[in-house]
Amino acid sequence: MAQKITIEPVTRVEGHGKVTIHLDEEGNVVRSRLHIVEFRGFERFIQGRPYWEAPVLVQRLCGICPVSHHLAAAKALDVVVGAGTGHGLSHTAEKVRRLMHYAQIFQSHALHFFHLASPDLLFGVDADPKIRNIIGVARVNKGLAVQGVMMRKFGQELIQATAGKKIHGTGAIPGGVNKNLTEEERDAFTKGAAPMNPGAMVVWAEEAIDFFKQYYKKNREFIDTFSVFPSNHLSLVRKDGALDLYHGNIRAIDSEGKVILHDVDYQEYFNYIHEEVRSWSYMKFPYIAELGEADGWYRVGPLARLNTCTFIPTPLAQKEFEQYKANTIGKPNNMCMHTHYARLIELLHAAEVIRDLLNDPDLQGNELVRRGEKKHEGVGVIEAPRGTLFHHYRINDNDQIEMANLIVSTTNNNEPMNRAVNHVAKTMMTGKKEITEPMMNAVEVAIRAYDPCLSCATHALGQMPLEVSLFDADDQMIDRKKKG
Amino acid sequence: MSTNGSVIRIIIDGKEYLSRSGVYLIDVARENRIFIPTLCNISGVKPRGACRMCTVSVNGRYMTACTTPVSEGMEIKTNTPDLHDLRKAILEIMFVEGNHICPVCEKSGNCDLQALAYRFQILVPRFPYSFPKRTIDAENPLLVKDHNRCILCKRCIRTIKDEQGRSFFAFRKRGHKLEISIAHHLKDHLNKEIAQRAVDVCPTGALLKKESGYNIPISERKYERTPIGSEIESLKQSVIGDQ
Repeated sequence: MAQKITIEPVTRVEGHGKVTIHLDEEGNVVRSRLHIVEFRGFERFIQGRPYWEAPVLVQRLCGICPVSHHLAAAKALDVVVGAGTGHGLSHTAEKVRRLMHYAQIFQSHALHFFHLASPDLLFGVDADPKIRNIIGVARVNKGLAVQGVMMRKFGQELIQATAGKKIHGTGAIPGGVNKNLTEEERDAFTKGAAPMNPGAMVVWAEEAIDFFKQYYKKNREFIDTFSVFPSNHLSLVRKDGALDLYHGNIRAIDSEGKVILHDVDYQEYFNYIHEEVRSWSYMKFPYIAELGEADGWYRVGPLARLNTCTFIPTPLAQKEFEQYKANTIGKPNNMCMHTHYARLIELLHAAEVIRDLLNDPDLQGNELVRRGEKKHEGVGVIEAPRGTLFHHYRINDNDQIEMANLIVSTTNNNEPMNRAVNHVAKTMMTGKKEITEPMMNAVEVAIRAYDPCLSCATHALGQMPLEVSLFDADDQMIDRKKKG
Repeated sequence: MSTNGSVIRIIIDGKEYLSRSGVYLIDVARENRIFIPTLCNISGVKPRGACRMCTVSVNGRYMTACTTPVSEGMEIKTNTPDLHDLRKAILEIMFVEGNHICPVCEKSGNCDLQALAYRFQILVPRFPYSFPKRTIDAENPLLVKDHNRCILCKRCIRTIKDEQGRSFFAFRKRGHKLEISIAHHLKDHLNKEIAQRAVDVCPTGALLKKESGYNIPISERKYERTPIGSEIESLKQSVIGDQ
């Protein structure tokens, strides 16, 4: 009998989602989908609000990476107040924002790797869920768990120093920032007792990469073959092709490395990226307009960024990047599980950037805000931990927002996550009469590699557990398993 | 009976104080480091007793401290459980009658209403939220009026005036639709300095200066540095609600 499997809720990701897998009478997977089941509507209810509220208001989409939304909105409004994009701000404002952003990348990547992903790596995809969690990690590898907690704390403390609060601060305002980093605040980090200083964080980030590389050595087949499929890749890159998570132009390449969007100005993103709506999900499906809906979908996030950039502008991360690229002989990497590897290289890069920025005297400057000729429209794009994040606002003559469009990182990864689910479902479930917990977790592992934040992506409330339902050929549900 | 301005004796919370007759009770309390919460009252401006936050017990009757002149022999209680609950209820009503979203409001940390809510430890109001449909009026080039946050205290109307004593602000509409407006015949005279005064006098985020929100970093905002009432109370003064 044909079946439909539903995995609901998906666990160890942020937000709520469910997976449905349809099997035919022979047990072959005929269709699988990642459904996003919540709706929030920020783009609508921000309409009418004064534009300068957007960076503070819209960041409430998320409690994990609010800094990314805060800064993307502020960057869009920099354009509105005439401060321009990127380098239009004062050195102090740009560097304070960069510090805030890299602290956010650092804490979010640490959270994902240590808290969400490491249980799968340490215990295996098919391990007992009772031990396959962060508490289990703490029991068998206390050092690793403590490292994860302290790295996240370090990033969060830096966010507080620059934004005023660890979550939902107000540091970035249109045209700049509302505070610099005082010498006392700086010294609390640079002279902080180990391990709470930037040097220690660099060492710990290197150790995290070593941990993954050792795991990779022992599990090469799994890492290299689990959920592998070709895709386009998209991210911001600096003018010289360097990895830059705060500012740059949009570059997209195909699965073979051919450039399909050549460093275009993100103020015109709408000419290059369109969004498709499908009836079964609240999350849209963005695609590169020129390639169309069927072929224009792309990946964003750590895997995509290390595919699109030419080099990483910090020495230790660059060295790791070269080793990482050697795995694919310089070609784009389409291996889903390598996202963890790429994420850790970015973690190291963020630690190096933070260490260097903290020694920059520009952070103590007093020119905080710049303004110029006002405009009615602005786009802000940033590389959030989970990928490229677009904020687009249009304001009326009374300074009220009349249009807002957000393409959140996870939204960009909608089609890739659906492909990943399909790939894993076909591999693991075809012909199987019983759906076991390890099979469901394998589906989640594929989704989890993208570190999705479904709350952001759908503008939905809540956390993200997963449900799997099993449907027969007549679409009657015959089995349903819930997690979370 | 005492004449206006003569020295009198009154009792506040069981303690005897000397004052001059005719002085408003709220001012006598302030001079003696006794905090009575207010929202509509402003020093130097004729009181209206609109918000009722300063309600105290005078010889066993509830009266507003901002409109009640002291007189010989008055026995006043400022801090009883009943008064505490009454004031808390008034605050809760204000919250449920408007749309006050403190986490994203640029007045957060500088807002009298929010500061009092913290002081009274309001977590969840006892009354249902009414979620009124209100508008944001941003037509003026210097000011935004966010009617969602207005508590109709009339501070702007009573304070912001031109040289001839004409008010820049007025009420319009009636009943539950009542709202502040900028007087049409004076709107062209409203300059940056007047706009700033209006923003400063507003106890909530109902009046906002255009294009300059969130300029004060978190932890440096008014009530984060000095919780409301602490500038008046002596260290030995008991907190509201303690008996």
